[in-house]
Amino acid sequence: MPKVITKNLNFWYGTFHALKNINSAFEANRIIAIIGPSGCGKSTLLRVFNRMNDLIEGVRTEGGVFLDGADILGAQTDLVALRKNIGMVFQRPNPFPLSIYENIVFGPKIHNSIKRDALDEIVEESLKSVLLWEDLKDKLHKSALGLSLEQKQRLCIARLIAVKPDVLLMDEPCSALDPQATQRIEELMRELKNNYTIIIVTHNMQQAARVSDDSGFMLLGELIEFGITQDIFTKPQDKRTEDYITGRYG
Amino acid sequence: MERHLDEELKELHKEILKMGVLAQGAIYKSIEALRNRDKRQAEEVINADDMIDELELAIDEHCIDLIARYQPMASDLRFITTGMKINAELERIADLAVDISQRVLELADKPLLKPLIDIPRLSTIAQNMVRDAIDSFVKKDADLAEKVVLADFQADELRNRVQEELISDYLARDASTASRAVPLLLIARHLERICDHATNIAEDMIYMVKAKVVKHHPEELK
Repeated sequence: MPKVITKNLNFWYGTFHALKNINSAFEANRIIAIIGPSGCGKSTLLRVFNRMNDLIEGVRTEGGVFLDGADILGAQTDLVALRKNIGMVFQRPNPFPLSIYENIVFGPKIHNSIKRDALDEIVEESLKSVLLWEDLKDKLHKSALGLSLEQKQRLCIARLIAVKPDVLLMDEPCSALDPQATQRIEELMRELKNNYTIIIVTHNMQQAARVSDDSGFMLLGELIEFGITQDIFTKPQDKRTEDYITGRYG
Repeated sequence: MERHLDEELKELHKEILKMGVLAQGAIYKSIEALRNRDKRQAEEVINADDMIDELELAIDEHCIDLIARYQPMASDLRFITTGMKINAELERIADLAVDISQRVLELADKPLLKPLIDIPRLSTIAQNMVRDAIDSFVKKDADLAEKVVLADFQADELRNRVQEELISDYLARDASTASRAVPLLLIARHLERICDHATNIAEDMIYMVKAKVVKHHPEELK
């Protein structure tokens, strides 16, 4: 069964119809890239998956979104548990103004009552999984705000991993990073997909082509085309996809 | 919206077309040289090959440059990668014209073994297939390319017929005919290989236009 499914998903900001009848199925342990021009609805779609849009006044959602077959749009959904299962990484890394250690254990402390030894283990595991442990193991109690941008973004990913999610949502995770740091984050994503399903929104088509297994092209709130990345970038079926990825759109 | 890349692709298209014209010219001249036993024309083909080789390198470099600078996608990517392949096929076609010309030089001063019937037929098929393959590129015409692919069997049949005739009627009976029969055998082989390269160009064209792989998948043809 696909990890995440949307069925006839529609979404409005007030009267603005931002997502139109989105039907999709994202398989587990794959990197799925959502591409499209600014304002096409890709970030809105991403935020539907962990109900982040609920925080905005006047929004309305119709249709279904299913995580492992369970509907996540229903009123009975535990949003704290949902956001533990579906974590999000943003454009600009946003570590808490706390120590590196406290950033990592923040989630586990909220979700579980865990002993100090277990927390130490979680910190080590999480930082190892984002390849930061060797660099930071002696600086765990220093402020996370002193890290480089790339380290901050890795820390934010480690902070998600600490609560053992299923799905990682990434909204332009490399847009603030230089090419070398971007390449390293992309390598990290490839490592992480062994354990997680990653849905990334990116303006950078080369990044989508490099890093993702599947890609979806959105335009004016519609998911125009979805398929294996290699096919989307070499032989798209829809002319609108072709025009966008070859830079003819506009 | 015209992109800067469109200008570059038009330029690349022109360069490949020039390569096509040169390769076609080389085949034409080598076949004329054979028909007329004209050593001068055969030498012209051999001497012109360096220029074709240089153009091949320049086109390759242009394609690599476009990939590096523009990171093309979809139809742009298919055009450039197909262009690289067509370029290599055309260069091989020109090389085969050189091979034919070398055989002409070997034969020119010797009496003709037999009147040539099937070799001129094969050369007409080869010229038509190369012309149509290049036309399919110019017009982005996948139907014409498909016709080229389907025509290749005729070349194989004619090559086999020439081969059988030369072996059974001449070489098997009289080994002293070898110096005249073997070059003819090779010419038939070179012409058939030219048809294979035209087929490759046509298959690449179908991929470029339709994003459909027909190479090694004949069932994909209509």
